[in-house]
Amino acid sequence: MTTSGSDVTVESVVRRVVARHRGERGALLPVLHAVQAELGHVPQEAVPVLAEELNLSRADVHGVVTFYHDFRREPAGRTTVRICRAEACQALGADQLVNYARQSGLPLGETAADGSVTVEQVFCLGNCALGPSVEADGRLYGRVGPAKLGSILNGTVSS
Amino acid sequence: MNNPAHSTATVYVPRDSAARSVGADEVAQALQHAAVRGDFALDVVRNGSRGMLWLEPLVEVVTPQGRVGYGPVTSEDVEDLLAAGMLDGADHPLRLGLVDELPWLARQNRVTFARVGVTDPLSTEDYEAHGGLRGLRAALELAPADVVAEVTASGLRGRGGAGFPAGIKWKTVLDGADELKFVCCNADEGDSGTFADRMVMEGDPFMLIEGMTIAAHAVGASEGYLYIRSEYPDAVATMRRAIGIAREHGWLGKNILGSALDFDLHVRVGAGAYICGEETSMLESLEGKRGMVRAKPPIPAIEGLFGKPTVVNNVLTLATVPVVLAEGATAYERLGVERSRGTQVFQLGGNIAHGGIVETAFGITLRELIEEYGGGTHSGRPVRTAQVGGPLGAYLPESMFDLPMDYEAFAAAGAMVGHGGVVVFDDSVDMAAQARFAMEFCAEESCGKCTPCRVGAVRGVEVIDKIVGGTHRDENLALLEDLCDLMTEGSLCAMGGLTPLPVRSALTHFPDDFLGGRRLLDIQPVQATGARTEGTE
Repeated sequence: MTTSGSDVTVESVVRRVVARHRGERGALLPVLHAVQAELGHVPQEAVPVLAEELNLSRADVHGVVTFYHDFRREPAGRTTVRICRAEACQALGADQLVNYARQSGLPLGETAADGSVTVEQVFCLGNCALGPSVEADGRLYGRVGPAKLGSILNGTVSS
Repeated sequence: MNNPAHSTATVYVPRDSAARSVGADEVAQALQHAAVRGDFALDVVRNGSRGMLWLEPLVEVVTPQGRVGYGPVTSEDVEDLLAAGMLDGADHPLRLGLVDELPWLARQNRVTFARVGVTDPLSTEDYEAHGGLRGLRAALELAPADVVAEVTASGLRGRGGAGFPAGIKWKTVLDGADELKFVCCNADEGDSGTFADRMVMEGDPFMLIEGMTIAAHAVGASEGYLYIRSEYPDAVATMRRAIGIAREHGWLGKNILGSALDFDLHVRVGAGAYICGEETSMLESLEGKRGMVRAKPPIPAIEGLFGKPTVVNNVLTLATVPVVLAEGATAYERLGVERSRGTQVFQLGGNIAHGGIVETAFGITLRELIEEYGGGTHSGRPVRTAQVGGPLGAYLPESMFDLPMDYEAFAAAGAMVGHGGVVVFDDSVDMAAQARFAMEFCAEESCGKCTPCRVGAVRGVEVIDKIVGGTHRDENLALLEDLCDLMTEGSLCAMGGLTPLPVRSALTHFPDDFLGGRRLLDIQPVQATGARTEGTE
């Protein structure tokens, strides 16, 4: 479903998403995923609408949004790059990738000034035999060295 | 170049995300381009991974002798391989031989992973041709209590780490009086070094659906939830497609396979909380709440999802159920040692030359896994330690590598087999840093419900920093011991309760790293010896 013209207020998006998930048991997580997929984050204005629609307190909704790492309360860069820092990738130098990103002016949790990319950490992408691993917008890369991370960060990665 | 000698060849290129992470999609595209150009007649089938991950992308060609493997293949290699006669299984530097006969694979005892990498994961024909649905059909012939008895007799234990007998859990749910019951599959395997769940979901999704359906029949459940972590987008997509296909074929929904069984299955995606791999946290999350652990009792088998009797099992547990029903409890029970029955799916990861899936009967040693299967480290440096059983498992020194891999032997040695993940480190590892990370990870991922875990982990990081920094070292070592005791004894769940395991094992086996006595090696960027390091470049 697209958001077009006059139909793009946070409230309208939230109500439409909730309507789509109305029949599901305990639907808050799927609803939040869907809101974030449409709006890029879960804005503060969404919380009271969600509370009203799902018959929850605002505190309940706020508590869920802030508990899970996936839900962001501010927009991210156009690309999100996540560096795996779990043990299997640590064993192959994941911290060097973190250092490389920092030296490139992109410490963990930061978004580039031009809004192109946000760098985050993640604990385990399930690619533990081909680490260090990095994920960019849902695409997984294995055996990533600093040079490859550089091309992922600046969007010039081959293939 | 034309190759008229050929009828259409079948070529397998994995769609597993590990294979894709090193360029499998590009290899498949290059092969398809050759076919579209008309140079070669070939069909590309996207299978799961055989689990020999250092050989990925592993391309297999069907020949009269069997499937011949080539790997690791890059998209640049494709033209050369085709020209050399790959479609006839011809020789080439990347040729590996008949895949089924590769020693790494031939020595294994693949039960749960029998179909993974062999079939097209979304082909119902392939699934049935390779033994799929036999378990469900057998189960539907039996009364629910008899299915439970069969699972109990097989000795199948939960493969998520705790090792609780599956049949006993199911019996409790079967005995529950409620109309509404649930089957929940915990596919939030967030432990570093474990990727078997992901490989099952991407490589043989119908097996998991079949296992959950058998569980539903056994306990009288009508609804199932598959809670998959958001870090596995390919597994989410594959399971969703497989569930849709299963519904179309009457494998899910009303009157499954013409029986009286009604059961439907839903995928739920996690949201990046490690703690939701803990069963009660997962249930809270499925209910749309913060993923905070529940105190037990009541156990989920009695009061689970939405307060109803609920089977909660791990992916590998449920995926193994079909074969138990198809082959019978005795056949499964004969594998293994002592009280560790059946097979275990070991996952070799970290700094290892030959990482991947080793499914074998319990009782294999860590040394066999790391040295014989794994071929030592990826960096070529000496192995210093392996962490077994995930981030909450112990770091074992090389002197303990001859322990047999079974639940009891590991527990007796102060370690845990857990879900069989093995993460290898070479001699450049700083064990004080690893211990600190264990506490830091717990602080980051604690659900916050109980104080020993929430506060203890934060204090743990501080105390380790003081020890390493030489501040009141003896007092702080005593304090760390005390803190570990408290977290072990006082935490509500395994997160806080097991975090002391990696910390203490690091301290016990590698004390010099904490005491400034060991000069740490300069850690150089890891360079692979021979193998390429960057899949798609």
